[in-house]
Amino acid sequence: MAVRPAPAPASVSGWGRTAPTATRLLRPDSYEAAVAALREAAEGGRGAIARGLGRAYGDAAQNAGGAVLDMTGLDRIHEIDAVNGLVVCDAGVSLHKLMQVLLPLGWFVPVTPGTRYVTVGGAIGADIHGKNHHVSGSFSRHVRAIELLTGDGETRLVTPGDDPELFWATAGGMGLTGVILAATVELLPVETSLMRVDTERATDLDDLMARLAATDHRYRYSVAWIDLLARGARTGRAVLTRGDHAPLEALDAKARRDPLAFRPGRLPAPPRIIPEGLLNRATVGLFNELWYRRAPRESRGRLQRLPAFFHPLDGVPEWNRIYGRGGFVQYQFVVGHGQEETLRRIVRRIGACGCPSFLAVLKRFGDGDPGWLSFPLPGWTLALDIPAAMPGLGALLDELDEEVAAAGGRVYLAKDSRLRPDMLARMYPRLDDFRELRARYDPHGTLTSDLARRLAL
Amino acid sequence: MKDAFGAPQTLLLLGGTSEIGLATARRLIGRRTRRVYLAGRPSPALDQAARELRALGAEAMVVGFDALDPDTHEEVLGKVFAEGDIDAVLLAFGVLGDQAHDEQDPAAAVRVARTNYAGAVSAALVCGSALQRQGHGSLVVLSSVAGERARRSNFIYGSSKAGLDAFTQGLGDALHGCGVHVMVVRPGFVRTKMTEGRPEAPLATTPSAVAEAIEAGLRRRSEVVWVPAALRPVMAAIRLMPRPLFRRLPL
Repeated sequence: MAVRPAPAPASVSGWGRTAPTATRLLRPDSYEAAVAALREAAEGGRGAIARGLGRAYGDAAQNAGGAVLDMTGLDRIHEIDAVNGLVVCDAGVSLHKLMQVLLPLGWFVPVTPGTRYVTVGGAIGADIHGKNHHVSGSFSRHVRAIELLTGDGETRLVTPGDDPELFWATAGGMGLTGVILAATVELLPVETSLMRVDTERATDLDDLMARLAATDHRYRYSVAWIDLLARGARTGRAVLTRGDHAPLEALDAKARRDPLAFRPGRLPAPPRIIPEGLLNRATVGLFNELWYRRAPRESRGRLQRLPAFFHPLDGVPEWNRIYGRGGFVQYQFVVGHGQEETLRRIVRRIGACGCPSFLAVLKRFGDGDPGWLSFPLPGWTLALDIPAAMPGLGALLDELDEEVAAAGGRVYLAKDSRLRPDMLARMYPRLDDFRELRARYDPHGTLTSDLARRLAL
Repeated sequence: MKDAFGAPQTLLLLGGTSEIGLATARRLIGRRTRRVYLAGRPSPALDQAARELRALGAEAMVVGFDALDPDTHEEVLGKVFAEGDIDAVLLAFGVLGDQAHDEQDPAAAVRVARTNYAGAVSAALVCGSALQRQGHGSLVVLSSVAGERARRSNFIYGSSKAGLDAFTQGLGDALHGCGVHVMVVRPGFVRTKMTEGRPEAPLATTPSAVAEAIEAGLRRRSEVVWVPAALRPVMAAIRLMPRPLFRRLPL
């Protein structure tokens, strides 16, 4: 008996940098290597999970004591059908790379989240949504086929037509039905790489919801940045930004020379060491105030570059460091239409507790998606970041979970790092089907993650 | 698994009747803990402790464990880890001894050292290596301010805690980067049955205050926790105090 010198395990955590665990990080560079890595992990006894660019906030792409398959080594684009708008690519290809390659051809990804540094595999595993959810639904709705390596070692071509069960369990299945190796994705045609954007301010939460409900259908993309620190009559004040891809005729002569240019800039990353408590009520309150006042009361048809519209935070690499060593949690929930009172109550509670949460996002979802564990429901979704070190945060979020579940809503697993396991079945009614399917395709439980262990997925 | 706030779902309490240990278990059950193993010498008090934790809604199991019998530790604790991951181990056993008596009875003094130091070394190594295999988990070790500087009035106990404290720090470094978090907890005078009838030291605290500090330490992934926190500067000053002066302090 001794503490053995470990074979250099890697400490892995999610984007929120909470609860790191040690794992064996394997980086397959071919499908054969992925099959071999999964087989090796199965023998290790603590399984494996695929990981993309690590943008899930919690423990979805961690596997303590087992293996984590870093899929970014599988990053080939196999085929682009520039006529019909289809791309076939490896799971480790990032949306960033897809944009770089596809925009010059006049195509765009069907759905993009707030960061383009996610992989195609991760986008399907978390069944991500974007600002166009009310029009286009989640990412997986635009996936024609998946190459899936299941826990039994088989590689299967899964399509929603031929095997809807496995397909829709995998969409939003957090990587637990298998390792996604490749996918065929439908694209969106665009004439330019610019966005035509309308911006307006909402003075409070009711004003915001009224504006979103009344005119969202006119825009392909819609999102509101909401100031959760504002209290009293200004509770829920927000800036709405909505728009669509700009058509060619909207560009001036100079911009028309290269209408599909895509050259995102990046600032330097924040330093590694950030003092604890840099983000507090005072600093975040000041930021929110400035940012609200900076926004035009109303502006129409402004042209904006694509990264500025979709991915403002991508301009700062490793921005998650600003929360310091303690990291942060992101809380994202959805409640259905008709549950506005719950949303109001939660916004008031967050404001009252003084969570230093900057730039929370409110969005109105369209129809729910067919994925068994897909997050979206028709209704309202709110996402906010909070430093994990805030005292009493765990208990507060538990209480918010109760409100959300009682209203028939749910929290987003790709963001979760702290849900109570017994809440899961209340929020995801197809959980038992999901467990049953996993047991069928992966009888030895080879695919597992810290998220799966924590929530008994 | 622990959540983002370091709240464990399963807890192994070594020293299953320890008041600090049980106060911590109760507090953690109030958060995420659903399964608790109480390890200790079989006794009605141990069974009673398990019943009380069950009443709070947790699954509580009793495990026969004797700190003075290190040869059995690997087997006994190995069985616990074989049942499933343990998110946090709290090493809370220890005896105070009777300084005046034990100075005259070396065998009794050695018993204090064997329990508090040797037994803890063995149990911590077994648990540390099991946690390392899991790739996650916290090992929380109850040390004491008595280990910071040996005092005339309880240097047998104090030296055993000094050894344990140093050992735990080293183990924490050995396990650094292995996903295992090792935390030393240094309470001052804690009002428990172990200290009952003894003159209270300044900055005395309670088991529930220690439990609260442990929960916060798990959240922050602290390496050293003082309870109360004011003891840290106080003990820093005491450590620097010249010996002739220290000897004259009524401690």
